[in-house]
Amino acid sequence: MATGSEPSTFSTPPPPVAALRVDGLHVQLGGLPVLRGLSLALHPGWTAIVGPNGGGKSTLLRALAGLLPPHAGQVWLEGRPLAAYSARSRGQRIAWLAQQEAGEARGELTVRDVVQLGRLPHLGLFAAPGPLDDAAVDAALATTECTDWQCRRLHELSGGERQRVLLARALAVEAPVLLLDEPTTHLDPPHQVAVVRLLKRLAKAGTTVVSVLHDLPLALQADRLVVIQDGRVRADGSPRSTEVQGSLVTVFGGALSIERVGGRLTAVPRL
Amino acid sequence: MTDRSRAGLGNATRRATDLGALRRRRFSIGLLLVSIVLAGAGLASGSDGWSWPWFGDADASLILGQIRAPRTLGAWLTGALLGLAGAVAQGLFRNPLADPYLLGSAAGASLAVVLVLAAGSLGGVAIGWAAAEGLARLGLVGAAFAGAFVGVALTLALARGAQQTPRLLLAGVIVGVVLSALGDMVSTAAPEALRGKQAFMLGTTGFLGWESVGVLALGLALTVPIAWRLARVLDALALGEDSARSLGLALNRWRLVLVAVLALATGLAVSQAGLVAFVGLAAPHLVRRCAPAPNGYTLLASAAAGGTLLLAADVLARSLIAPQELPVGVVTAVLGGSYLLWLMRRRRLG
Repeated sequence: MATGSEPSTFSTPPPPVAALRVDGLHVQLGGLPVLRGLSLALHPGWTAIVGPNGGGKSTLLRALAGLLPPHAGQVWLEGRPLAAYSARSRGQRIAWLAQQEAGEARGELTVRDVVQLGRLPHLGLFAAPGPLDDAAVDAALATTECTDWQCRRLHELSGGERQRVLLARALAVEAPVLLLDEPTTHLDPPHQVAVVRLLKRLAKAGTTVVSVLHDLPLALQADRLVVIQDGRVRADGSPRSTEVQGSLVTVFGGALSIERVGGRLTAVPRL
Repeated sequence: MTDRSRAGLGNATRRATDLGALRRRRFSIGLLLVSIVLAGAGLASGSDGWSWPWFGDADASLILGQIRAPRTLGAWLTGALLGLAGAVAQGLFRNPLADPYLLGSAAGASLAVVLVLAAGSLGGVAIGWAAAEGLARLGLVGAAFAGAFVGVALTLALARGAQQTPRLLLAGVIVGVVLSALGDMVSTAAPEALRGKQAFMLGTTGFLGWESVGVLALGLALTVPIAWRLARVLDALALGEDSARSLGLALNRWRLVLVAVLALATGLAVSQAGLVAFVGLAAPHLVRRCAPAPNGYTLLASAAAGGTLLLAADVLARSLIAPQELPVGVVTAVLGGSYLLWLMRRRRLG
């Protein structure tokens, strides 16, 4: 087993087997190192990953989902190397939501068709969806408030609506690990709040939720904050810890301050 | 977000789903009816105008049974293979402009055909002659099929598999250019091959007999079920490659199978009828426009629409300047081109 070149600063004693763990993860993109010996153990609960642009947050999430082969180091899922899982059983255990880019999501699929794709890891290519799958799809659509336009086509929707549909697609997998890259992009404030509530609820129910978030006030509501810069973990712990807050201010060059407003933490830009 | 909206889910959903299903059913029935009418026209249309030979003598029914019937059926089947291949290509490359000839199959087939046609006069060029000799034994049809497959195989080799779509497309373009250039070189050396090559490049349904119908039907029976079963791969690909892989799809394997389906369908169609233009491009567009649906339906309906389009073009090609005949590829190019032009205009205005 590889040992990380930079040990995790996660301080509470972890349960015996982490849902997801990376050890000394090195990932290069186009020959440039993006992750440089990153180690992290992820447990049930909501972990928000924050940090400056280009720090390797999305790359970490893709490596965790098994979509990027590491150059060194290892990703572990429930105590087994991720590479030892078949593509399908990995798909059943880890749901991944892509960062939404313009131009992705083409085709003639309706909202319901898209959400139904979330059942693919369970169904495989050939089985027809059963009542359990329909129930999972209905629940995901209802949770994201997409039920009313489930027969519209994805390319007819606004960015925020599309984001909710893609989130529903990830929820429909009903995986124990949920990796979300910018799940609140394009969402209006009420729906951002709804996503935060949803993530908290899922985390409480035992799902390992890992989300990359740019919106710091939202990220500060997470159970755990991992600050990433230059492909390394800069700080890791509760958002209430002064060490994590200090690191957050430092990696953003002092452009913000963390304050408590109405009993909740929030980030205020220093203008 | 609450579970409030789950109540009353049934009605709105069912109504809208029914609407989509209704549209698809209407389109399918429409295609079937048009195909039947066109098949009647195909049986009736001959070199001396329209006739209904089944009321006539033995000669007339021979014409019907041995020429018009296989040609009509063969045209539909060829179009169906091209329509299916077009839908697979557009789904696989996530590009509405993809057509079945992209992966080097067209250039490979036409090079093989030119080699066969030029076999007689290439005596001086030892290697070319040996290759041509081997191909001639396969016959024009077999050679075209082998050529299409070699073209696709070269493309796959150059792209090192089907993992990277842009690489695959680029390799297809390169193979296409190089093989076409080779074909041009051979036909320069053996000018008598040019006539046959031209007929092949334009596409023709004139040589389709019962044997062709058998081969085409077999090809369709093989490719349609595989493509249909892999339709969910194409659906998932519409969300992006990474999303598709995160859903547990062994994308590399299935993409290779889809490329094989594409190559088989295209190779068979090209070997029987030459490079018929635009059917593979226009049929999936027609389906998506009239009855938008997930790829499962789109694949099947594109096959049916391709068959209908090519049959229509065949009937027109036979009857427009009878007793002369237009190459069917010219008709499909004019029809398909004007259809796409109309589509573009509508999109811009709407």
